[in-house]
Amino acid sequence: MWRVYSFLALELLKTQSAPDDERGEDALIDALRTGDESAFAALVRGHGGPMLRVAASICGDEALAQEVVQETWVAVLEGLDGFEGRSTLKTWIFSVLVRRAASAVERESRSVPFSSLARAEAEAGEPSVEIERFLPADDTRWPHHWASPPRPWGPSERLDSSEVREEIESAVEDLPRMQRAVIRLRDLTGFTAAETCGMLELSEGNQRVLLHRARSLVRRRLERYFAGEGR
Amino acid sequence: MTARAALTCLEMVELVTGYIEGTLADDERRRFDAHLANCPDCPTYLEQMRLTIGALGSLPPESVSPEAERALLLAFGAWNR
Repeated sequence: MWRVYSFLALELLKTQSAPDDERGEDALIDALRTGDESAFAALVRGHGGPMLRVAASICGDEALAQEVVQETWVAVLEGLDGFEGRSTLKTWIFSVLVRRAASAVERESRSVPFSSLARAEAEAGEPSVEIERFLPADDTRWPHHWASPPRPWGPSERLDSSEVREEIESAVEDLPRMQRAVIRLRDLTGFTAAETCGMLELSEGNQRVLLHRARSLVRRRLERYFAGEGR
Repeated sequence: MTARAALTCLEMVELVTGYIEGTLADDERRRFDAHLANCPDCPTYLEQMRLTIGALGSLPPESVSPEAERALLLAFGAWNR
């Protein structure tokens, strides 16, 4: 029996939030409600890592993030009977997580309040690409066109190496907190813009600005990495 | 070609996420497409953004530490009782 549930759970985790998984998800929720430990273990194994990274982005503190993840699982189990399936289980779990992480930050008040972080980061006006890479505004022929254009990275398999993966991971870790939270939810965990806005209580515009900054900075790191590698 | 209508590369790198997300207004999208069709370099930039997004999406998720998993399974047992 547990094999069936673990399999279901793993399949669900892989495919994220496609609607045709609804029946599988119902079975998983039933399994959790009846206390199937293997279903819970599979859920923890599937979401635990990304949850910790999202919580750490928001908390800016690994130990606090671990506490938040633990708390979240307890809250999820306790709230399971009231879960009505209006969102997917995964979206619900991450919503609980983000809410708890945000209130943990505010409780600890280690830094700027969570709510004003997003605005501050969205308003900080760093360009996506270094301004020196473009011709000046008064260039007679090509104002604001590339002076030093991006060079192709070559075959896309280059991005699959473990070194490149490490570079991307470290680029994500180096991002400012809200950008890190947004890119983790959107690009690494696969949530939609609307889901991400809901969880982080962001306007659509701020979500997009934060995502844009984050992706642009990761691209820059990859560009630098590939340029260095070629030398 | 009017100065207003043509997008610059500097503008392109700031609009690229809106383009990929499909949130640009129609006329902005048209200016973006027109720029892409004429610029020798911006298609490379767009491609690199897409490669970056793809690579982010295919990072293997971090695994849960055995200690954390054990603690959670204990909590699950307690909840289940």
